[in-house]
Amino acid sequence: MSLISEGAGLRGPMRGPLRGPLAAGPDVAFDEPSLASVGDYIALLKPRVMSLVVFTALTGLAVAPGTLHPLTAFTALLCIAVGAGASGALNMWYDADIDAVMTRTSRRPVPRGRVKPREALAFGLTLSGFAVVTLGLLVNWAAGALLAFTIFFYAVIYTMWLKRATPQNIVIGGAAGAFPPMIGWASVTGSLSLEPILLFLIIFFWTPPHFWALALYRAEDYARAGIPMLPVVSGDATTRRQILLYTAILVPLGIAPWLLGYAGFIYGITAVVTGAAMLVLSWQVLRERRPIETASRRLFAFSILYLFLLFAVLLADRGWGGLIARLAA
Amino acid sequence: MSIGIAMEPERKDEEGVVLTEAQKRARRSRSIAIALALGALVLLFYAMTLVKGPGVLVRPM
Repeated sequence: MSLISEGAGLRGPMRGPLRGPLAAGPDVAFDEPSLASVGDYIALLKPRVMSLVVFTALTGLAVAPGTLHPLTAFTALLCIAVGAGASGALNMWYDADIDAVMTRTSRRPVPRGRVKPREALAFGLTLSGFAVVTLGLLVNWAAGALLAFTIFFYAVIYTMWLKRATPQNIVIGGAAGAFPPMIGWASVTGSLSLEPILLFLIIFFWTPPHFWALALYRAEDYARAGIPMLPVVSGDATTRRQILLYTAILVPLGIAPWLLGYAGFIYGITAVVTGAAMLVLSWQVLRERRPIETASRRLFAFSILYLFLLFAVLLADRGWGGLIARLAA
Repeated sequence: MSIGIAMEPERKDEEGVVLTEAQKRARRSRSIAIALALGALVLLFYAMTLVKGPGVLVRPM
């Protein structure tokens, strides 16, 4: 019996591990007035994830050709941020059961009982509607439609379906986190082209090494929650090979904006050096064996810095001038 | 008379739900946050209407 089926066997009378928000227990406290603070609702928005989403969307917006009034740019970023936060709230609504049994997520507002599942659902749906409609009305409907699809992809395709169904959950689901630069680009141009798709691909192929590095040293947590993460289902060795494989695809993609002439020399050097570091760390993860997890932790931490550096340098290299021109216009 | 009324649970306490101080504070802070968010939304739409000018109704795909 695999770890994941053991985890699934512990999950009570409903359909295996696919239980969703009801697994947080019957909503017996529906007559009890809420004690939820504003901070609890802010926590539902996953502020740290939101900050990365805003940053990558800003890069997409800044490198896009064309002009956009600064207030319109601000509105676009605000809507993207709120949409990302709404996705987080919907995720916490549906995943309350597995959040409660995972160490990393057990302090979230819904499993702690600070916010009831249906309140999180209402909050997520309301913010989603506001974000999409406002982006559509005030910026353009191409960006609004992309934001709506991103929220749908994260909340329904990833959270409700893939996360509990397949070890490829974060590979396919990673697309949700990769859309923001495209939304930022579409906010300016009203369309898409190769460059934003390249930014999408960088985040898309960055996601598996990033999350699998985390999953390697949190495998027991995922197994207890019944989530079929790759280390839980296929074991450590396969996961370590897959991490190296995806990193080998990611690094050339990271360099591609320079090779294709979308970015300058400083970006190219940054992408080559940090990409080489990603490969070295992935190689170290491949050679590492439990219970040692130093390399996995290093790769997880460095992968965040890697993505941040690529987008920050691209923003400085390409986008900063565009932003200043827009502010001056 | 409807079935819905007939199934309504009887309240033992005629005053209904009485909020504790902590619940009142939490509700007040949530209400203020909602008011501020709605106010900001009004200002945003107002400012964006000025920015867009006559083209406010032009929303290209």
